[in-house]
Amino acid sequence: MTVELEYNRIVEALPQDLASCVIAVENHGLVIQPERIADIAAFLKVEPGMELDYLCSVTGIDYIRYFEIDYLLYSLKLNHRLTLKVRLTDRSEPTVPSLTGLWLGAELQEREIFDLLGINFSGHPGMKRIFLWEGFPGHPLRKDYSHGH
Amino acid sequence: MAIKTEPMFLNLGPVHPSTHGVFRMRALVDGEVITDIEPVFGYLHRGIEKLAEGKSYRQFLPLSDRLDYVSSMNNNMAYVMAVEKLAGIEVPQRAEYIRVIMAELQRIIAHLLAIGSFFNDMGTFFTPFFYMFIQKEKITDLFEMVCGQRLLYNYMRFGGVSHDLPPEFIPALTRFLDEMPAEIKKYERLLAENEIVLARSKNVGVLTREMAINASAAGPVLRASGVNWDIRKDDPYSIYDRLDFTVPTGTNGDCYDRYRVRVEELTQSLNIIRQAVDGLPKGKVLNPVPLRFRPSSGEVYSHIEGNKGELGFHVISDGSDKPYRIHVRAPSFINLTALRNMLIGWKLADAIIIFGSIDICLGEVDR
Amino acid sequence: MMELLLLPASIRSDVPFGYWWHLLIFGLGIITLLLTSVIIFIWLERRLVGRFQLRHGPNRAGPFGLLQSVADVIKILTKEDIIPSRADKLVFWMAPVIAFTPVVLMLGVVPVADGALLADLNIGILFVVAISSITSLGVFMAGWSSYNKYSLLSAMRTVAQLVSYEMPLILSMVGVVILTGSLSLNEMVKAQSVPFILLQPAGFFIFFTASLAEINRTPFDLLEADSELVAGYNIEYSGMKFATFYLTEYCEAIVLATLTATLFLGGWQGPWLPPMIWLLLKIGLVFCGIVWIRATLPRLRIDQVMNFAWKFLLPLAILNLLVTSLSVIFWPAAPAWASGLINLGMLAVFILTYSKFFKPGGKTVAV
Repeated sequence: MTVELEYNRIVEALPQDLASCVIAVENHGLVIQPERIADIAAFLKVEPGMELDYLCSVTGIDYIRYFEIDYLLYSLKLNHRLTLKVRLTDRSEPTVPSLTGLWLGAELQEREIFDLLGINFSGHPGMKRIFLWEGFPGHPLRKDYSHGH
Repeated sequence: MAIKTEPMFLNLGPVHPSTHGVFRMRALVDGEVITDIEPVFGYLHRGIEKLAEGKSYRQFLPLSDRLDYVSSMNNNMAYVMAVEKLAGIEVPQRAEYIRVIMAELQRIIAHLLAIGSFFNDMGTFFTPFFYMFIQKEKITDLFEMVCGQRLLYNYMRFGGVSHDLPPEFIPALTRFLDEMPAEIKKYERLLAENEIVLARSKNVGVLTREMAINASAAGPVLRASGVNWDIRKDDPYSIYDRLDFTVPTGTNGDCYDRYRVRVEELTQSLNIIRQAVDGLPKGKVLNPVPLRFRPSSGEVYSHIEGNKGELGFHVISDGSDKPYRIHVRAPSFINLTALRNMLIGWKLADAIIIFGSIDICLGEVDR
Repeated sequence: MMELLLLPASIRSDVPFGYWWHLLIFGLGIITLLLTSVIIFIWLERRLVGRFQLRHGPNRAGPFGLLQSVADVIKILTKEDIIPSRADKLVFWMAPVIAFTPVVLMLGVVPVADGALLADLNIGILFVVAISSITSLGVFMAGWSSYNKYSLLSAMRTVAQLVSYEMPLILSMVGVVILTGSLSLNEMVKAQSVPFILLQPAGFFIFFTASLAEINRTPFDLLEADSELVAGYNIEYSGMKFATFYLTEYCEAIVLATLTATLFLGGWQGPWLPPMIWLLLKIGLVFCGIVWIRATLPRLRIDQVMNFAWKFLLPLAILNLLVTSLSVIFWPAAPAWASGLINLGMLAVFILTYSKFFKPGGKTVAV
């Protein structure tokens, strides 16, 4: 069975500088400061006992007050998983560091989130729209997107 | 003295007999060798995730069929499992067994298609494809017996399945199970050790273990690279923890291994179906839920081992009768992350074979 | 008229204008027979491939689908003849003609009965070999003049393949020449009291394989690979010009079958039936073999094709020539079974030992 890691234990196991970037511990994931997501993900990827080496999926959600990005991480060797959440309140220019340097699997999924939700991923090697054509007005998956144009 | 050559842009697709759908690859070709490749997505983008937000949970179910249109039962199963987990709906045992039978039959169809197209791309002029289609037709007839449809079934419901098995289903299924192993041996005799097949696919398009894990590959692509990860074994859902089967893995991660993994999985699926049929309990097949039910607000991520990889549904509910957000973790889309690494340095003829061996379905890639 | 075909060529001196009558009858006869047999062989191929794939094949147009080829010909002839605006018009127009004509010319030296052939050249085989290489020129002209990347790529592959396989083809024919003692095809047929396929199995194997490559048939049909470059050098052709290329393909197959029957299977020899019927039966048999291979095997990649020609077939052909010459010099009165066994033994030894070292080739290229 894949076990969901206990988030409180994770926070205790983090070193000092990374523990500060955890904003909250919720039922379904750890909420992280957006700017520090790459650091904490890099730590969790190699730390013995966690070894979350597999990025399963990246989901972007538009809760109208903020954007949320969920990163679902697995460890294939130790068979457990963990969700990291990032909340962005800036609706005009939301930016978060890209995880493409750690996991190649983030590349296409981050492009999809950029295309459909308009969130920028800094450091992405080839950021451009993936499903919709260049020049498409707006980002359709946003809750305030309207068809009229 | 080396000849000075200029690389040339070659466009493969979107309308191309071998790209498994409308998919475009812009290749920079130096003679025959591919030096760079850029996949272009979006030719089949229908906005399914956006459509989900305007429909009730029950109305999204037929849309989920159309994600990976060759494996409609698996898509249905992943979605209904996600919503059942969110809303706490119980499923009767008979329905669980029927779901597993349908999912494994669907897996057989999809793998037969994948293997048949793999050989088509190699140039066998449809002969293995037609042989495999004869078996596929038998399974499609079984599905038609149950739910009346041949491609997009819309069979599963929240709390079970929509129709019980008709009395002629189990005998027909048993007949199919008895004759399928001989058919698989028939394909193997011609193709498994064929010199030309080995020359075209052994050590071609190698995806190393580290790259496969890093690129979030899943399903037969991941297992062919040597990673023993199958959600039916490592995170069992439905009744898979009671069933006995093995998970085939490859060693090299080349096209030949991906083909072998799929063929072995055919045999394992037959095994699973036989056990499910033997253990099929009596009872009802549906715990009905209201047409527009309101799950409590929350989120869930539920996944199954689809035939192309890990198919997951991330469903977020805000307490109303329409989902707030549904995100599909599409295995074909994410398997394509490693496409560029797998193709560079190979020749144009190999590009088609390697791309075919990943086995994508455009409905899932573009959603 | 039929009697004139069956009587020996000495009739020429008895009848006034006999020489011109002979040329007229045989010339018209060859062209008519060739074109009608193309129609029949297209039908035969489609039905036969259908049977290999466990289906009927065309059976709607006429009884048993016999009028299917007629329908196809009518369809092709009524299509618009499109020439790309930037194509090289003269070369574009000439290419099908240059590709087709040598194929018909090759049939001029094949005997249908003792002495009954259009031109009893005493350098028959040399003529055949020389003329057959002109076809590759026509193919390359087609690819070049189309002003299309895909057809250029395909034309390059074609020329490389056709030129490489000329060598083993010619060397395998020389084995037969040594056994006959003459280059004339008429003499070769008459010298086959025992068909040469039994005396020279290695020669037959090399000849058949090299000819399959010459006529672009599976497993060497990467030029018209539907699944890769979508029809190769004749992408831009339509209408009558495309019909000529299509015709060329089937005429080449028929000519290959005819040459195989003449050189290795004993030509028109056989009991009770008239000689021409025997020849047609043998042609049909070889053609069915070609179709069988097409329905079964996948295709090779271009570098594998080239490797196979230069590193496998050519050494084998040279070895065959050496063994045949040595056995004719040192054991001229050998009984048929002995020389057949020597040849077969050489083939077996070569294949068993050499195939350990021979790799069909191609790895990734460092980019």
